[in-house]
Amino acid sequence: MQLWLIPILPLAGFLINGLFGRRFSKGLVNTFAIGGVVLAFLWVLKTLFGLGGMNAVYTEHYFTWIQSGALTVGFDFSVDRLTAVMLLVVTGVGSLIHIYAIGYMAHEGGYYRFFAFLNLFMFFMLTLVLAANYLVLFVGWEGVGLCSYLLIGFYFDKKFATDAGNKAFIVNRIGDFGFSLAMFLIFRQFGSLDFAHVFAQAPAAPVGLLTLIGVLLMFGACGKSAQIPLYVWLPDAMAGPTPVSALIHAATMVTAGVYMTARSWVIYTHAPIAMDVIAYIGIATALVAATIGLAQNDIKKVFAYSTVSQLGYMFVGVGCGAFSAGIYHLMTHAFFKALLFLGAGAVIHSLSGEQDMRRMGGLRDKIPWTFGVMACASLAIAGFPLTSGAMSKEAILLAANHHAPWIYWVGVFTAGMTAFYVFRALFMTFFGKYRGEAHPHESPPVMIVPLVILALLSLGGGFIKVPDFLRSVFPAVEAPESGALTAVAIAAGLLGIALAYLMYVYKPGLPDAVANGAKGLYTLVYNKYFVDEIYDAAVVTPLVEGSRVVLWKGVDAGLIDGAVNGIGARAKGIGQVLRLAQSGNTRSYATWVAFGSVLLIFLMAVLGGLR
Amino acid sequence: MMGHVPLSWFLTLSAVLFSLGVAGFIFRRNIITMFMSIELILNAVNLTFITFAYQRQQVAGHLFAFFVMVVAAAEAAVGLAIILTVFKNRGTLNIDDLDSMKN
Repeated sequence: MQLWLIPILPLAGFLINGLFGRRFSKGLVNTFAIGGVVLAFLWVLKTLFGLGGMNAVYTEHYFTWIQSGALTVGFDFSVDRLTAVMLLVVTGVGSLIHIYAIGYMAHEGGYYRFFAFLNLFMFFMLTLVLAANYLVLFVGWEGVGLCSYLLIGFYFDKKFATDAGNKAFIVNRIGDFGFSLAMFLIFRQFGSLDFAHVFAQAPAAPVGLLTLIGVLLMFGACGKSAQIPLYVWLPDAMAGPTPVSALIHAATMVTAGVYMTARSWVIYTHAPIAMDVIAYIGIATALVAATIGLAQNDIKKVFAYSTVSQLGYMFVGVGCGAFSAGIYHLMTHAFFKALLFLGAGAVIHSLSGEQDMRRMGGLRDKIPWTFGVMACASLAIAGFPLTSGAMSKEAILLAANHHAPWIYWVGVFTAGMTAFYVFRALFMTFFGKYRGEAHPHESPPVMIVPLVILALLSLGGGFIKVPDFLRSVFPAVEAPESGALTAVAIAAGLLGIALAYLMYVYKPGLPDAVANGAKGLYTLVYNKYFVDEIYDAAVVTPLVEGSRVVLWKGVDAGLIDGAVNGIGARAKGIGQVLRLAQSGNTRSYATWVAFGSVLLIFLMAVLGGLR
Repeated sequence: MMGHVPLSWFLTLSAVLFSLGVAGFIFRRNIITMFMSIELILNAVNLTFITFAYQRQQVAGHLFAFFVMVVAAAEAAVGLAIILTVFKNRGTLNIDDLDSMKN
């Protein structure tokens, strides 16, 4: 079925634009960049139709990549129903975001560079999704991390952007360390890294080892999917251009951890402790990130913490054994969060770069299309009945209730907060009076059309019944349908919306009163629980100081340089003495030779050499 | 004739010549004198070779003497050429002044 064409098409776009894009017109750059991704989307559609029901895994082997001792790693791609969902989300949402970026980036420098990196990202993401073994998946995993770094630091002349890129890269490295260890363990236990091979043998493996592998894999997923304790990079990653935030840091790359966890479901179902850990981390992240989102004033920061929080929901779904619910939420989240980011980008674009919501307001009449699509996305994430977000979130919450009721209640509480902060952002941006000085203007059609498509998907995407589609892939979870529990979750969302309306539209003075009333709590949340500062004091500073004092001044300057310089100084000292013999006076040399000869003869006589 | 003169006389003469050569080489400062001292050393060695060759009635010693003469002739040619060049360039034949390799 030529699966390799799917990632190769964006790669071709990357190579053409990356090598020659500097000389291209914007139209030509667009042709190759958008063309590569849209063709990949079409090829995905053709492939999936060609494969039909996909009840069995379809694998293509291209070449043996690594052969060393017992280790054989092939460059293999495979497609099953899980891959199909991911392929459609990545290429579909990716295509829309690429088209949107034409309008968004129109006035930015480095136009060809931006699209080249975006295409490279698509290549690695598709490699990650299509991989048939852990190592090829890891190639894509690292590749998307690289592209994330490159695109966060896209405005490389701004210090905060390059710092954010470094932070994302380094924090992800910590997670990848866990992933690598997990791969070593998998190879040691199963003698292979192929999914088919590993999952066939996994049920017979010792539970302790599977738990260890599961926890280590989860650590990698925590880095990539921005979960506690490694979530700190994602909010900073908003330093990149907004289409990047939408594509990489909302819709696709950050969901790679969830995808990888769902892909390894055989390991997790046999390691219940690891699954519990995932669920706990997920719910904790969902709650903490949502509380931070309550008090942010940067519109992109709000949605960044919202992304962290929603990824927490996906982890809850996966951790409670409802893998298909997690993937369901992954898909709907890709729709509405991409839309939220792109809508926020449209707002920022129309205000000539303003991101602070305190300097927005009243934009409802000025940019009505943007308002309309943002409202659709907000309804979806808030869990308004029958929207996509409501359906997938319910699926997760029901599974959570089946697993442990307290997770359900925390999840419901978080859902209420989610509705509150998203509508807070909506109200602060579009309602009330305009508080800035820019001249808002509606975005061009090339940006609005993708937004409208995503808005329709946000509202109706829930009717793409992913859990039914994935029933043959994952083990069934019997979470009973419960009208009461669903109603409670929806009520929490509506309550959050109502509260946001009360505080930010009906009585605009109320938020300040609340902030002043609970000053300590507000300061704590406003400063993101000082997690960055704690990490800085507990990890970064000791590491930097340790490197500086011990490794640099002690080991490098003291030990290594000392040894080298010491040897040099000794050689010099010995040379100082020996150079006295080398006077440059021929007659003194002759004298030395004569003395030497006499000494030699004398020694030979003494030792009996002469007879 | 050799039968009447003891071997040690030849060797003593050779040793005296050798020592004179060495002393001349070390204590004289004129390059040409030093050069002649080297010839003296070589000829002292030649005398030893010949002496032992005669005593043991073997031709190898004579051969060695001829080789030494050939080498000495070649060395004289090259050495004198060098000395001429040195004198042209430096205007001196004092060995103690020719120390530009130092410093």
